[in-house]
Amino acid sequence: MNINLTFFGQMISFGILVWFTMKFIWPPLNAAIESRQKTIADGLAAAERARQELKDADSRVADEIRKAREEATQIVERANQQYNQIVDKAKVDAIAEGARQKAVAQAEIDSLSHQAREVLRQQVAALAVSGAEKILKREIDQARHRDLLDALAKEI
Amino acid sequence: MSTEAATGGLNEYITHHLTHNVVKLGTGFHLDTWLVSLVLGLLFVLWFGLKARKATAGVPSKGQAFVEIIVEFVDGQVKDTFHGDRRSVTPLALTIFMWIVFMNTMDLIPLDLPGWLVHTVAGAETAHHTYWRLVPTADLNTTLALSVSVFFILIGHALAAKGGFGFGKELLTAPFHAHGPLAFVLAPVNLFMNIIEWLVKPVSLAMRLFGNMYGGELVFMLIAGLLAGWVTFVPGIIANTAWAIFHILIILLQAFIFMILTVVYIAGAREGH
Repeated sequence: MNINLTFFGQMISFGILVWFTMKFIWPPLNAAIESRQKTIADGLAAAERARQELKDADSRVADEIRKAREEATQIVERANQQYNQIVDKAKVDAIAEGARQKAVAQAEIDSLSHQAREVLRQQVAALAVSGAEKILKREIDQARHRDLLDALAKEI
Repeated sequence: MSTEAATGGLNEYITHHLTHNVVKLGTGFHLDTWLVSLVLGLLFVLWFGLKARKATAGVPSKGQAFVEIIVEFVDGQVKDTFHGDRRSVTPLALTIFMWIVFMNTMDLIPLDLPGWLVHTVAGAETAHHTYWRLVPTADLNTTLALSVSVFFILIGHALAAKGGFGFGKELLTAPFHAHGPLAFVLAPVNLFMNIIEWLVKPVSLAMRLFGNMYGGELVFMLIAGLLAGWVTFVPGIIANTAWAIFHILIILLQAFIFMILTVVYIAGAREGH
């Protein structure tokens, strides 16, 4: 194994290779790698952020749906109450109206029957007088019984 | 299997394959080591450079994604070990890792393929005299060049982190701390310990890689010797395949070890005792 000029030749070669690598190979490759690493890191961070946002949005949507459902239930309940109130009120009103009309009709009936009875009484009295007149005219002298007849007329 | 083995036996075959293509230049110059490593290094910077030039921060192409996986793997290792400005450390680690992986991978190319190519193109006579070792990391020149460069980078980091005075003081006062006159007695001991500690780093780095790759290459050559005979041909094929598959692990592991130790040493050089 003889060490000779080759040794220095190889040293020079090595030096040039290292210099070249340092100058032209390492910087662009490293820059590309680092810039890609940054892009990937940013992408991952963005994805994580988007996932978080999606989760938030999901929970918000679920919240909204729950609220809407509660509101709807309340509205239906209120509507049911209102319906019951309306029906009850209509029933009461109908009963009151019926009673009122019945009272009016009763009053009318009462007054009509009263009038009829009055008319009937007068007619019966007239009929009785005229009947009595007819009987008496035949048997009793009007002049003779005038005082009696007068007393009777007064009584009627 | 090979002409060399047929004519000169396994011994000559291995010797032939372990001989560098030496150019008479100063103390000698391994043309094969230098050329193969240079081509592989250029291949690496060309490949990564093209991908880096076209790199987009958006959806990456498969090629870019593959390059990015390697870069991120290396950067991740550096990040785990070294806590500081990585702008110069990661490129260093990346270059070390990829270049050594590329050079180690040359071990998987069939041993006689280059020889056969030369034989086919230029004839047997030229092939016999052309030596070509394909694995640059199985040449101590390469591994030592890498580790010594790393050694200088370590010193640079230590000086940058602690300053000339701080670094010098640390060399004299660590690992044995003392106060008063005893400190002066311990100073040479500390310096001696630190010099050993510092020198061990490049030597161990270089020797580990070189030993693994040289050994791996040698095992391939020995297995290739099995392929020369008819009786041992089938076991040779099996052994070759098994060793190649196992060697893939070594290729990556040794490159990784060299890289990670470099980063660990840099982190250590920047920290105080």
